[in-house]
Amino acid sequence: MAFGPHLLLAVLEGLVSAAVLALTALGLSLVFGVMRIVNVAHGEFFMLGAVLAWAVSNALGGHPALGFAGALLVAPLLVGAAAWLSERLVLRRLNYEPEATIVATIGLLYIIQQLALSFYGPEARPVAPPFSYRILLPWFGYSGYKLFVVAASAAILLGAWLVLTRTRIGLVMRATQYDREIAQAFAIPVDRVYAGVFALGAVLAALAAVLIVPISQAHYLMGQDPLLMSFIVVIIGGLGSLRGTMVAALLIGLSDGIVSMFFSPTLARMIATLLVALVLVFRPQGLFGTAPR
Amino acid sequence: MTPLLTTRGLTRSFGGLRAVDGVDFAVLPGEIRAIIGPNGAGKTTFVSLVCGRILPSSGAILFDGEDITDMPAHRRVRLGIAYTFQITSVYANLSAYDNVALPVQRTLADGRAKGALHAGVMEALARVGLADRAAMPAGQLAYGHQRLLEVAMGLALKPRLLVLDEPTQGLSDAEIDDFIPLVREIARTATVLIIEHNIPVVMQLADRITVFEAGRILAEGTPEQIRRNVAVQEAYLGSGHG
Amino acid sequence: MNETPPARLYGLHLAVVLALFGLNFVLPDYHQGLFPRIMVLATFAMGYNLLFGYCGLLSLGHAMFFAAGLYGAGLAVAHLGWAVPAAFAAGLACGALLSLAVGVLALRTSGVAFMIVTMMFSQVLALAILYFAPWTGGDQGLVLPQQARVLNLGFAAFDLTHPAVRYMAALFLFAVVLLVTLAIVRSPWGRVLVAIRENEERTRMLGYDTFASKLAAVVVSGVVCAAAGAAWALLFGYVGANFASVQYSILPLLWVLMGGAATTLGPLVGTLAMYYVIDIASSHTSAWLLIVGVALVLLVLFFPKGILGALRRRWPGWLP
Repeated sequence: MAFGPHLLLAVLEGLVSAAVLALTALGLSLVFGVMRIVNVAHGEFFMLGAVLAWAVSNALGGHPALGFAGALLVAPLLVGAAAWLSERLVLRRLNYEPEATIVATIGLLYIIQQLALSFYGPEARPVAPPFSYRILLPWFGYSGYKLFVVAASAAILLGAWLVLTRTRIGLVMRATQYDREIAQAFAIPVDRVYAGVFALGAVLAALAAVLIVPISQAHYLMGQDPLLMSFIVVIIGGLGSLRGTMVAALLIGLSDGIVSMFFSPTLARMIATLLVALVLVFRPQGLFGTAPR
Repeated sequence: MTPLLTTRGLTRSFGGLRAVDGVDFAVLPGEIRAIIGPNGAGKTTFVSLVCGRILPSSGAILFDGEDITDMPAHRRVRLGIAYTFQITSVYANLSAYDNVALPVQRTLADGRAKGALHAGVMEALARVGLADRAAMPAGQLAYGHQRLLEVAMGLALKPRLLVLDEPTQGLSDAEIDDFIPLVREIARTATVLIIEHNIPVVMQLADRITVFEAGRILAEGTPEQIRRNVAVQEAYLGSGHG
Repeated sequence: MNETPPARLYGLHLAVVLALFGLNFVLPDYHQGLFPRIMVLATFAMGYNLLFGYCGLLSLGHAMFFAAGLYGAGLAVAHLGWAVPAAFAAGLACGALLSLAVGVLALRTSGVAFMIVTMMFSQVLALAILYFAPWTGGDQGLVLPQQARVLNLGFAAFDLTHPAVRYMAALFLFAVVLLVTLAIVRSPWGRVLVAIRENEERTRMLGYDTFASKLAAVVVSGVVCAAAGAAWALLFGYVGANFASVQYSILPLLWVLMGGAATTLGPLVGTLAMYYVIDIASSHTSAWLLIVGVALVLLVLFFPKGILGALRRRWPGWLP
């Protein structure tokens, strides 16, 4: 394949990564934006979504589209419930103190990951995509499902944006993010908002995982990469900035896809991580956040 | 006599707000200078600029003839400027003894004090009357005593300029009565800059008073001059502050 | 308040060292083989404790300092053929340089950002180890030949692969670091670190250059952790990438929390307890990291002071 088509293929692959990454990173960004905590277990919610997607589609059997639809419905809800539970039992009791919360979420990470290992096992298992349609471009065939992933992700992101900016729930969330104490003074049930946001963050990650699992496979360690990438996106885009997260996800998803195709993925990751760490050191507001005074 | 502390055109802006606006200020060695003014006048910001807690947007600060405008806070402390916080900032989990040990340790290391650590700590505590509470965790001291502990820590730095930021806030009348002679005694060995809202205290203590308003110096003079100053009266009445 | 006579404090710590010394002769073979690992890892934990417990800086990337020592010493032996003392020094030097570089950069951030930055720098090192696999052995790691692990002091040669020698070497490292930690904690500088932890702004306004103190703490911590890593390479002969993984940044945090942060003996207690718990758990299941997760959550929820920290609360707080 010539360079041009090769690049196009890389761009398409990058778009798919960006689509999934945007959803996952949005979840992390919302949690930090509203609750001001960093959830290190976020990647494990992603993994849990994929693993449950396999479990559901496996249980339903029949046509792959049926299994996939079931998974898309059930898995995110279960993951959301698990997140809601962790928030109530653990995080709330810590009063969201930053250091204690991070340590607790590290604990949650290991708990979820190792429970998956115990019950799901160490193998990677595939999930059949709901449909197999190849789109024939002049230079190569491309999976129609992958394009569906991009479209679905865009739809969910649009929905999320609409909810945040147009609905009362979104308003309540943004108010709590802006000033927790004033929100309480206005009788906003901050505790419930926090529980809801934490669950929503996990649901978004799980949705992303269900979308990607027919392409990659479900494996108990698959949460590590999305976690690192989501971190990178949220730091570059500016913690708590929705627009920044979207743009950064696009940038990073695309560049990661392209660079990984032409260079060693390890080197790409190394440079990306180093650059992001330096961004956090020298420009902590990322590219879109407001500079601290 | 050359002033101990001078500021020239000192300015600090926060976004669009000029908290301190081109202030020219001077304090002579040995003075007790009070800084008064309505809330939001820029008093604490000004004093924070002098101590180095925040950096100016423009202007200069000179301490004993030396330009300290760009000097980091910790080095200004070692030059002899000590600051007691407006909001009590003692080490709550450490004993009163350990609280004072830190500044004493610093001055011993710098050579600005001599002798054993223990002697230095007990001396500082005794000066404010907290010697018998040395072992108590600072967070468990009564509020008035925590304020005194702050002053003890400032004293232990053997300062040439001691900045007291609203030291009598939250103190009972009896505690305030004890506080006044303490400040006079401190002023025998150091220059004192005191921000206060308690006007009777200011009138009793101050050699000179500087009145701030909206980031600028409104008036400066002896207590009598200030008392009779119409602009000052208006500034205070206007803000509804007594 | 340092009212407790130093004799009593140093006596207590020396007693612990002597007890460990005596255990060498009474422990059954299996446990006698575990203890050197525990002591080296406890040294790692003590390095971490200095920065986290005493100075209040929570790093999530300390694996990189252990790995710096591990690979510094290991590569010196494997590729340069250096003798044990030189290799150990190489490990220390790598740790010092890395901690200086990381400190200068990471200390520009604080709180959560500091945690993330340290975690990311550690990730970079872990990825670098994998990327430069031809030299580092990558995923597989390197095995150091037995002949290379002989400490030749001129008047005598100590075979570090011999169980008793290995035990004593690990004990020596542990004892030195323990006593140095005790000395630091009781020193003026130790008091400053605690003050920075309690209220950094206040400490700055008392005339202390808090950045310099914190940087020094990062470097001392990094060098101690690198010493542990270098010792691991030389005593156990295996240098592997998993020691640079995030797991080895979380484990010292766990050990210190369990034993009691900001106590000198806490790291030993925590490492000892968790090592055995994990040893037993991993013989039953491959999901033993679950215990790590549960322990972290329980500790942070109900037991934040750890074993010795809670103990110190009950007795008058003379335990350093």
